[in-house]
Amino acid sequence: MTTYAAPPGQASGSTSSDPVPTATATPAPPALPAHLAGATADEATLRRFLSGLPAVDPVGLEQRSATLATRSIKKASKLAAIDLAISMVDLTTLEGADTPGKVRNLSRKALAPDPGRPGTPRVAAVCVYPDRVATAADALAGSGVKVASVATAFPSGRSSLEVKLADTRLAIESGADEIDMVIDRGAFLAGQYGLVLEQIRAVKAECEGRARLKVILETGELATYDNVRRACWIALLGGGDFLKTSTGKVNPAATLPIVQVLLQAVRDWRDQTGQQVAVKPAGGIRTTKDAVRHLVAVNEVAGPEWLDPHWFRFGASSLLDDLVLQRRAQLDGHYADPDTVALD
Amino acid sequence: MTTQTTEPAPLSAGWTYAPAPESAAIADVKDRYLPFVDGAFVEGRGDDFATYNPGTAETLATVSQSTTDDVDTAVAAARRAHDEVWGPMSGAERGRYLFRIARGLAERARELAVLECLDNGKPIRETRDFDVPTAAQHFFYHAGWADKLQHLGLGQAPRPLGVAAQVIPWNFPLLMAAWKIAPALAAGNTVVIKPAETTPLSVLVLAEVMADAGLPPGVVNVVTGAGDIGSALVNHAGVDKVAFTGSTAVGREIQRSLAGTGRRLTLELGGKGANIVFDDAALDQAVEGIVNGIFFNAGQVCCAGSRLLVQEPVAEELLAKLEARAQTLRIGDPLDKNTDVGAINSPTQKAKIDELVGSGAAEGAQVWRSSCPVPERGWYVAPTIITGTAGSMRVVREEIFGPVLTVETFRTPDEAVAKANNTPYGLSAGVWTEKGSRAMAMAGALKVGVVWDNTFNRFDPAASFGGYGESGFGREGGRAGMAAYLEDAS
Repeated sequence: MTTYAAPPGQASGSTSSDPVPTATATPAPPALPAHLAGATADEATLRRFLSGLPAVDPVGLEQRSATLATRSIKKASKLAAIDLAISMVDLTTLEGADTPGKVRNLSRKALAPDPGRPGTPRVAAVCVYPDRVATAADALAGSGVKVASVATAFPSGRSSLEVKLADTRLAIESGADEIDMVIDRGAFLAGQYGLVLEQIRAVKAECEGRARLKVILETGELATYDNVRRACWIALLGGGDFLKTSTGKVNPAATLPIVQVLLQAVRDWRDQTGQQVAVKPAGGIRTTKDAVRHLVAVNEVAGPEWLDPHWFRFGASSLLDDLVLQRRAQLDGHYADPDTVALD
Repeated sequence: MTTQTTEPAPLSAGWTYAPAPESAAIADVKDRYLPFVDGAFVEGRGDDFATYNPGTAETLATVSQSTTDDVDTAVAAARRAHDEVWGPMSGAERGRYLFRIARGLAERARELAVLECLDNGKPIRETRDFDVPTAAQHFFYHAGWADKLQHLGLGQAPRPLGVAAQVIPWNFPLLMAAWKIAPALAAGNTVVIKPAETTPLSVLVLAEVMADAGLPPGVVNVVTGAGDIGSALVNHAGVDKVAFTGSTAVGREIQRSLAGTGRRLTLELGGKGANIVFDDAALDQAVEGIVNGIFFNAGQVCCAGSRLLVQEPVAEELLAKLEARAQTLRIGDPLDKNTDVGAINSPTQKAKIDELVGSGAAEGAQVWRSSCPVPERGWYVAPTIITGTAGSMRVVREEIFGPVLTVETFRTPDEAVAKANNTPYGLSAGVWTEKGSRAMAMAGALKVGVVWDNTFNRFDPAASFGGYGESGFGREGGRAGMAAYLEDAS
């Protein structure tokens, strides 16, 4: 039914063993409104749909972000924001040097970010490479803290769909609750929007009923806000459960204006479809102040319904340490020595 | 869509921002303020009058009032200062004083931001991030012109006009004073200025800054009082130039009384700015621009984008986004750093806004109003959007000067131009389109002094600002603004 151009240099038969998912996947998602259901009919229609999205004016967008950043969040609302932010962290380690020991330590920290303060919330998830999922799943079993795994030839995404799907399967079968896939930025920048969509749908089919799918747009490589908005809509049409900014391996990563574009997209999507989709900025958010600014943007751009770990996450490693320090400062009235917070 | 069947209720549906008020003590408000004449703060010969805090409706301070005799004294002092000190002084030397005033404003920025917030009622976020820094910027910019007058295209040695009488409004008290004083001084004129009777305090602190900068006595004088004192000032036989910002009715009166006197006049009056959104616009940012255009300073802005003209194909979508966005605006204590829309400057102004909105409803328009609660004390109007309007309704014709937007639709660019120009005013307009050629064509066709392309309410001392038609004449800012205070010697 779909007639997307085959990617150059890739045998058109490579997708035959992984058929593009159809409505047979369970549970069946609510039907999309006609203008959205029809948008993916073929490459030309999809392109017209994407270029018909309202443009993003950089000056106005950045001005709004700057205004949001002036919000003064103090006292009880700051403490509430810190606790919320901690509960939204996807505590991440994505290094070639990741060992089972490193992953186990990180998982312990996820369960008790500040062991001396039992009231400290747990983080949302631990995010690791697929071959480290089993270790994390074991350490977090029964805790409610999710295991997230990057997949699909992370971070570049430069491999065949078969490899990407196998990567996804490995992660899910090892116990991942959430899959963080990367889109094919090369295809996107070459204008092969249909191919990007098709790959998202294929990974979504692999995840269906087993894991939530985060779609990493790698906004730093898409370069313009218009491109980011288009990529958001491809991910939404492809069935992503999360829009995620970045891999953390490319600069710039998550910035407030970029996150604002994502938040506007999920807000528009819900207005048009009734479906809520989550958002995850990743990379570049290192301080409590920055995290609180993002929560303000969530509150005012998407809406308070997104102020929940199910609907908003921070992909980060060092952010948690600062949140814990600031939480102590709020409770104690003074700052603690950073070395009193565990490194991992 | 999500694969999970049970979704937790939001943990923080109730996340609210704790009050974050700036301390009123920073403003160091005195019980009583005096006019500034001939280099000293001196008692006015009139009865004291009170200035109020619009955020609470309480008395903020009392001010000694000038009389017509005091105006005589001030004009004489300005004349003397012009003839003996300021006129003969080199441009480089004048520039040094202006730089010193700019730095003085920057040094007292926080105090001035809080004071302006208390006396005017606008939010601290605006006074802190816009009014005060932009006022300082105007002095910095014009300081640079003081020794470069020969490069204005007015000949090798353009001469100052003499004594400038300046009357400014209450919506941007400090900033309007800077707009008027800085070019006048840079060009070599001396000044007698009268702030509005509801907002005299920040201008009197500016006088302190100027005194601390060592500005010679009489170069700038501040007289206080209401319209009668303003009238005495602009009609004074000893002034050479009149600059007025305020209502069109008063501007008309001034022009009538000055006719034939040979005194130079610039008027910056009312407006009914159109914000024109085409169907190809960046809609989310257009929404921001509309919000900024009409809710900035609670719409008490002469160049406010008070008439939204939206192309029919996107009208419904844009309005839904606009109402959702306007609903997120926080109305309340102007001193709270998280307040987006503060108080209306006076009960008189609030009554005028309420009356006009009522007339719109009575004429059959639909009135949408933000449900954000407003404080019980003080003078507040919640953001208001009026749809279902016709071009003949009073809300569309008359300047409301409040947080009230009217909405009309159009089908073609020609219709947009026709509707936008269908007003006696002509101060500002905004055009929202991704198509550059259309924006340029619109800018040429709109009969207004300022056209913003994909933005609104942006100001820069280097950019001339002024009106057309009943919005006045003359320009402030940039080279044209300097020319308004100089005799062409070419």
